[in-house]
Amino acid sequence: MLLAPDGRPTAAGTAHLPPGEELLRGLAGMVAARRFNDQAGALVRQGRLAVYPSSHGQEACQVAAAQVLDGGDWLFPTYRDTAAAVARGVDPVEVLGLLKGDWHSGYDPYERRVAPLTTPLATQLPHAVGVAHAARLRGESTVVLALCGDGATSEGDFHEALNFAAVFRAPVVFFVQNNQYAISVPLARQTVAPSLAHKGVGYGIPGEQVDGNDLAALLDVLSGAVARARAGEGPQLVEGRTYRIQAHTNADDATRYRPDDEVAAWVAKDPLVRLEAYLRAEGILDDARAAAFADAAEQVARRTRDGINHDVVPDPDDLFRYVYAEPTPQLVEQLALVHDELGRDESSQDEPSRAEAHR
Amino acid sequence: MTTTAVAHETLSTAQAINRALHDAMAEDPAVLVLGEDVGPLGGVFRVTDGLTATFGEDRCVDTPLAEAGIAGFAVGLAMNGMRPVIEMQFDAFAYPAFEQVVSHIAKMRNRTRGRVGLPLVIRVPYAGGVGGVEHHCDSSESYYAHTPGLHVVAPSNPSDAYSLLRSAIASPDPVVFLEPKKLYWAKGEVALGERREPGIGTAVVRRQGTDATLIAYGPSVPAAMEAAEEAAREGRSLQVVDLRSIVPFDDATVCAAVESTGRAVVIAEAAGFASVASEIAARVSERCFHSLSAPVRRVTGFDIPYPPPKLEHVQLPSVARILDAVDDLQWEDA
Repeated sequence: MLLAPDGRPTAAGTAHLPPGEELLRGLAGMVAARRFNDQAGALVRQGRLAVYPSSHGQEACQVAAAQVLDGGDWLFPTYRDTAAAVARGVDPVEVLGLLKGDWHSGYDPYERRVAPLTTPLATQLPHAVGVAHAARLRGESTVVLALCGDGATSEGDFHEALNFAAVFRAPVVFFVQNNQYAISVPLARQTVAPSLAHKGVGYGIPGEQVDGNDLAALLDVLSGAVARARAGEGPQLVEGRTYRIQAHTNADDATRYRPDDEVAAWVAKDPLVRLEAYLRAEGILDDARAAAFADAAEQVARRTRDGINHDVVPDPDDLFRYVYAEPTPQLVEQLALVHDELGRDESSQDEPSRAEAHR
Repeated sequence: MTTTAVAHETLSTAQAINRALHDAMAEDPAVLVLGEDVGPLGGVFRVTDGLTATFGEDRCVDTPLAEAGIAGFAVGLAMNGMRPVIEMQFDAFAYPAFEQVVSHIAKMRNRTRGRVGLPLVIRVPYAGGVGGVEHHCDSSESYYAHTPGLHVVAPSNPSDAYSLLRSAIASPDPVVFLEPKKLYWAKGEVALGERREPGIGTAVVRRQGTDATLIAYGPSVPAAMEAAEEAAREGRSLQVVDLRSIVPFDDATVCAAVESTGRAVVIAEAAGFASVASEIAARVSERCFHSLSAPVRRVTGFDIPYPPPKLEHVQLPSVARILDAVDDLQWEDA
């Protein structure tokens, strides 16, 4: 911890605090991330998104994960890491594509080097290792930052990915956002290890725990891990201790499994409040700058709202178009059947298809 | 047909696969071979023999013993410009990788609207007939064939093993390459070089015949050929279709063959219920009904776990069982 919850630097903090401009950039990102989270939540309530797993309370982790990477690096997010993808520059509407329901993934992973949001837990971690290893084989300086949650550390793919990364010395930073719950199941049911960072020991890689609500500490620890990976020193495990302030998704009821006072205690450790207090106390942030951050966040919210409220009529042909590079003869036949059903073939101009008649 | 074969050699299936890997690696530095024991040992079936010595341990890679990790690692490699060929040491050892195969390898192109294709090959030594212990003889093709987004091929001879593997490695899509273990040591003439036609998705008529059509793939093709030979001695002319490719399925060749004889028997080692053989029988019945003189018959493994070595002969489609099925094709009505 570099900054205490009230924003004052800790004894260890002063020597490691990132430059003020970095912290300001981080604060701007967090303000935008929180506004984005709130906006996405509202869009679910308005029926515009199917569901939204919010990272409210985890904004420091989300923003730091993006901020420590260079343009040539890769980010591997989970379904809860939409704000991290936005922080990396992916269009917020495209980020929410999965949740809007038009398609399974809304953005081009190669454009910003952000892998698709991954829903099955920990399964993206071995992909991250493969991407990193391929880059290393070609002598590129790419680093991959792979995100997962505390629950995912129980999955076999977490183990296999860390082990592969260690054995091949792949330039990967595994960043676990320990938000204390896997839907309803508390960390105590995932592990009895002293910490998730301890798991690095078993793979022979460094494991470091960091206050996940302290953006300054996150930037310090994660950028160090990224630099070591880039220098060829291999992978690292970082555990950010944070808290999922809201329920797993809007479909979840968190009051069934955790007490209000526990939530309140974490709300008091809010990552935005902490950093803002520090930056104001140091005179790095003034009202005008704060207002500019809020305005920029509002722009993200507006862009999100407008984009999600814009209805795109999904094309059934797309269901067949991307299964293979070239559709199989069977898919060509099946698509013709769909066309027939939807009354789009020539004969249906005279006579409505059965599907149309029953609509 | 774009055949640029440069030479013919007599090779075993295992040697033909080895040569295909070698030639693909020599041609394209992005081709990597990964798996358990594929390095200096050359694989438990010696299929990757010499590849590490020739191309180095960065190109033919012994991995940790973790199949999900291998498959997931290959996804990342393929996302980032490589063409990984991964070996699952045995059919039943591939199951830990199943989530990666079904949820990511098969779906990545579709998930990303074609932006992220995964040109990777999953080699699986598969099926029985080699006296293998439990977990070494599964016919797992139906699991893969049932998963949209995968191509699934099964060669029945060394020449197809070479050309289909070259096609698989060149494919922009993931291919499950099923290697019939009992044919590893079978020898045949192999046309080498960049030979990719007929490619994935094409069945061939292995033997001409006029009375009935035997439809088989992979390890069942030699059984079908033997049955046709035996039937010829009994005065019955059986045609044999070798699918080569399960997905995509070559309806055109299969239907033309069945329509020419009016009778069909589908042969496969896998348990018959909800199997590839069932799918073929259904397709042939739907598409060739008016040409059929008898219901399509299936000769498959029974719906039991694969037997121990001393009982596997009970499970495998034998020549006798194939000929019994042929005898059942309502010849009295002919």
